[in-house]
Amino acid sequence: MALRSVWVFAELRQGRATTETLELLTKARSLGAAAVEAVCFGPRAVDAAAELGRYGATTVHLSSDPAFAELLFGGPAADTLAALVVPHPPDLILFAATHAGRDVAGRLAAKLDVPVIANGLDVEAGDAITVTTAIFGATQVVRTEFGGRRPALALIRPKSFPAEAAPGAISPGLVEVPAVIRECHRRATVVARSDEVAAGPRLEDAEVVVSGGRGIQEAGNFELLREVAELLHGAVGASRAVVDAGWAPYSLQVGQTGRTVKPTVYIACGISGAMQHTVGMRGAQKIVAINKDPQAPIFKLADLGIVGDAPTVLRQLRDELRSRPG
Amino acid sequence: MNVVVCVKLVPDPDSAGQLDATTHRLRRDLAEPVLDPGDEFGVEAALRLVEAHGGEVRVVSMGPERALEAVRKALAMGAARGVLVSDGRLGGSDALTTAKVLAAAIAREPFDVVITATESSDGYTGVVPQALAEMLDVTAVTFATGVASDGTALTATRQTEVGSETIIAGLPCLVSVTAGVNEPRYPSLRGIMGAKAKPVDRWSPADLGIGEVAGSAPGQTVVSVTLAEERRAGEVVTDDGDGAHRIVELLASVRVI
Repeated sequence: MALRSVWVFAELRQGRATTETLELLTKARSLGAAAVEAVCFGPRAVDAAAELGRYGATTVHLSSDPAFAELLFGGPAADTLAALVVPHPPDLILFAATHAGRDVAGRLAAKLDVPVIANGLDVEAGDAITVTTAIFGATQVVRTEFGGRRPALALIRPKSFPAEAAPGAISPGLVEVPAVIRECHRRATVVARSDEVAAGPRLEDAEVVVSGGRGIQEAGNFELLREVAELLHGAVGASRAVVDAGWAPYSLQVGQTGRTVKPTVYIACGISGAMQHTVGMRGAQKIVAINKDPQAPIFKLADLGIVGDAPTVLRQLRDELRSRPG
Repeated sequence: MNVVVCVKLVPDPDSAGQLDATTHRLRRDLAEPVLDPGDEFGVEAALRLVEAHGGEVRVVSMGPERALEAVRKALAMGAARGVLVSDGRLGGSDALTTAKVLAAAIAREPFDVVITATESSDGYTGVVPQALAEMLDVTAVTFATGVASDGTALTATRQTEVGSETIIAGLPCLVSVTAGVNEPRYPSLRGIMGAKAKPVDRWSPADLGIGEVAGSAPGQTVVSVTLAEERRAGEVVTDDGDGAHRIVELLASVRVI
């Protein structure tokens, strides 16, 4: 079954398409569809259109309505997307498994009464459209086929594919679409917004990630993680347990409900290795674990496991890195 | 203020999960079923809204007979009434079907706020709250890390990919709360005893006028379940003072230092 068209729901950050969006476009190109198109809503949608074209979108459906930044995004975005989809439904719409992606895909599935598959790691188009997901901390791989209703909606986890520009890409055709905003959505407004800005590389881009869990014992010990991360030109991560406890901001959370990272080295400090966490870091090239409990599941994944007190080992690691020449 | 909170009975998330080899469904017989720990935050948030503004908390769940335990726990925490929708054919329901059933159960009575977790601990598709909001025709303030109300609107802080935003939403609306949004209370002995006397409505999808939902052709079918390629465990050493040095050696071996 050859696909007629695959759409990618593009997300914006500071007027640029997010890396996850470019990953999805790269994948969409490989599915053999006659057309790959992008949908992009936000005040700076126009700024991102050329980049979406470079990654393979031949048409970009966009709305620059300021309401997309002023109102809670999910409802108006799903309504606007539905209005586009109904007259000419694509076979498949790919969303990034982000907060916004889940908000839009979940609503759209209900609106159109079409199936949605979440947490995808891969998507294939053969006789049917099939999405691969991982369960139980990525120890088992599940393949799920969509039934006949179209469009099929798939939410794909970040970093599931590389982002590669399309060879010989041309400028995409731009189609302005009117925002569809129902009264109930006008009554949910964004009154404040704050972005957390971390020093050093972004968590998803860092070559080394130094992550802390309950075993670092107190919130103050996050400073140790920061010192070690800085010495390694890396980034700090956190387990869900310490984010829930308020020791670290959500933006540092690695795992099922947080970031997916694939660094060269991942150093898990005082993290037991619950499935919720490991699904977000098991793609690291090398995993180092420091934990007091020799039975901690994290040791089953670690290339190097240190049974010991995480803050103590981190202090020694910091001191040894500082004393290295150069 | 009438608040509906959705709860789910799940296999204890701390136990190892397994899928049935033939049906490709979660083996729910292997782990002790519990009220999803993520739902306790929603129950707590609902109780606090009602304690501040009056009204009552209604608990809604879809699941087998045993899911009554999850409903009872929420009642023991302080919710006033429960609803459980059961049908053997709902086993293995996808996110869309789950949302249809919950929406039909919730819409039978007026409500001001619907509260859910951001995702269940067993299926974790994370799209039921949004689908449910669409079916109920309300906004969805998802991934909330803080919830308050003046009785006429709801103010919430929510996580975004890059930080947070503050939302003011008119009522009615749906809120999905993250773990950590509050400190859920433990049911008191009096609460546990009292929960047994609280009313729980038992409905089938047909009672709700959506009999066709159960057993309808699924929009998606699991075609295979296989073991993932295992990461091999490496060396595990006990730290006797040279743990840090071993880490430095590994960092050097892959040339990050």
